[in-house]
Amino acid sequence: MTVTEQAAPARTHASTLTATDVVVEFPVGRGQKVHAVSGVSLEVPPGTTLGILGESGCGKSTIGRALIQLPPPDSGSVRLGDLELTELGSRDLRRARARMQIIMQDPVSALNPRRKVKDLVWEGRSIWGHDGETPKDVLVDDMLRSVGLDPDAVRDKHPHELSGGQCQRVCIARALMMDPEVLICDEPVSSLDVSVQAQILNLLETSARSFGLSMVFIAHDVSVVKNISDQVMVMYLGKACEVVPSDEMHRTSVHPYTRLLLASIPGEPQDHPHAQQVSVELPSPLDPPSGCRFRTRCPIATDRCAAEEPRMREIAPGHTVACHHVAVGADE
Amino acid sequence: MTAPLLEVDDLHTTFRTPRGAMRAVDGVSLSLAAGETLGIVGESGSGKSVLGRTIMGLITNGPATQVTGSVRLAGVDVHGVKQARRRELWGTTVAMVFQDPMTSLNPVKRVGLHLTESLRLHRGLSKGAARERAVELLRQVGIPEPARRAGQYPHELSGGMRQRVVIAMALACDPQLLIADEPTTALDVTVQKQILDLLQSLAERLDMATILVSHDLGTVAGRTDRVAVMYAGRVAESAATDAVFGTPRHPYSQALIESIPSIESRPHSLLATIEGSPPNMLAPPAGCRFAARCRYAVDRCRVEAPALEPRGAAAGSVVACHFPLTAPLQHQRQEVGA
Repeated sequence: MTVTEQAAPARTHASTLTATDVVVEFPVGRGQKVHAVSGVSLEVPPGTTLGILGESGCGKSTIGRALIQLPPPDSGSVRLGDLELTELGSRDLRRARARMQIIMQDPVSALNPRRKVKDLVWEGRSIWGHDGETPKDVLVDDMLRSVGLDPDAVRDKHPHELSGGQCQRVCIARALMMDPEVLICDEPVSSLDVSVQAQILNLLETSARSFGLSMVFIAHDVSVVKNISDQVMVMYLGKACEVVPSDEMHRTSVHPYTRLLLASIPGEPQDHPHAQQVSVELPSPLDPPSGCRFRTRCPIATDRCAAEEPRMREIAPGHTVACHHVAVGADE
Repeated sequence: MTAPLLEVDDLHTTFRTPRGAMRAVDGVSLSLAAGETLGIVGESGSGKSVLGRTIMGLITNGPATQVTGSVRLAGVDVHGVKQARRRELWGTTVAMVFQDPMTSLNPVKRVGLHLTESLRLHRGLSKGAARERAVELLRQVGIPEPARRAGQYPHELSGGMRQRVVIAMALACDPQLLIADEPTTALDVTVQKQILDLLQSLAERLDMATILVSHDLGTVAGRTDRVAVMYAGRVAESAATDAVFGTPRHPYSQALIESIPSIESRPHSLLATIEGSPPNMLAPPAGCRFAARCRYAVDRCRVEAPALEPRGAAAGSVVACHFPLTAPLQHQRQEVGA
């Protein structure tokens, strides 16, 4: 029995987060632009987790932020259920954003150093109003307990008095307090120690289940992403290379870049022919290569890869890949 | 039998802080033969970086620090000699690579100058000869177009290239021991692998002993001969790398290995965690320092500190535990809701 089947009835939300052809560019002067995200589409069905995997500069954080319109994409659409987020006015957008929360990489700088934990956790609710019967203090304490903190010990502390792992728990409590439908986690564990990382990953996993959340989980660590996601999207230089069900991704993924990432896991054998890397620098996102953006580092690149951009094709149910050299049905 | 290249005996590094003595390294002994590679793993605050720097002699007795015990490096007592003698060791006998390559490089000096500086100082090379050697070193660490790169500034290089430059700097005067302190933590995954491969091949080619300090067990697995697992300023376990990863004998090593997500494990499986947090090093607990978080701890663990002893295992394997584990590690992962 898979966990998703088991968890399905507990989910309360029903909105699918969909992004279509999202483009985010940052002007850097002299008419030049950083092509941070160039036409990425994704779908996060309710109650599932999409992992976004890639190296620094691939646009994975930018797409995560574009989903909550921070900043809004230059073109393309982001929909939460029936709501088109890119067309909303600022008032409606504020309202919609309350349904989506984000967890940042560095939990200490994500928290206002001058506020106490109880106020930090309550901040969103104090803006949005609290109309329930239960007193504020009880809700805050409950939430702190549910993220594994002892309310009596941390309630009146400031962020600097807590460890990194505790601060990340406060950030998660703060996000969950808004009862969001979608939680975007941008490298939530990369600044934490190994043993704390496992605690936070478990907390996110169980919270997603008990709060009925959809998650977008952004990270650079293949094993971490695989472990928490239902589907994994691999990005390279602003484009999606491959979307693959997480379950067997270490066997079924076929894009040469995904293979390279898998081969880079310490201790993994480099048996796959695509794992060998042509050692060149990451191209500049100011002037990305023509055709397939990975071709400059790809061991199997041909002339066609420079001339023609590969499109995303479905090679198996739920498994799409953008590579000229992958035959349909090649998915072992 | 020749004396080992590095011998650390009962090393204590203590920082005097306004709130009391912080015993960052608290009684570490280890030895390293020429050409051997040792991994030191531990979480932040375990003392692994301080240990590396104390071995190097970057941390030594001073107004706020106290170092006791001894570090003998190629026959020289690092903490018993004058600073001038210590400086002679740096570069020629021992060199260090740090985590962040950008802060190891001077942003207003060209890459080449970073390399020629020590060559001219330690080796007494002429300007031209030092420059030639610098280009050769850059080629050796896999930098394309080394002659052109030598004329560039650090900001013109990518993170991976910068770390290669830092490694070239460390290798400039043929050290017998290279201490790499989290050399790949600031780098991307694909670049990490390149840098680790580079360090490994250089160590083999130059017959250089290496200490690889890392919080990431995966970095150390398969790349070192031996591993020392540190916890709260002490070595919890030290053994052949395969032995530590196959049959960890200290409960902390076991828990640490189990808490890493594996690419083989099923999605949504919960990870094994180590509950609680490391002890406050200003007032470390009596007894075993891991006792409060150990799933096997009994009363004796909380009272009596276990010594680092062989305890009947393979040669060279030592563990600081009253009840060392014996069974091979099995990745038992609890399914959600199970």
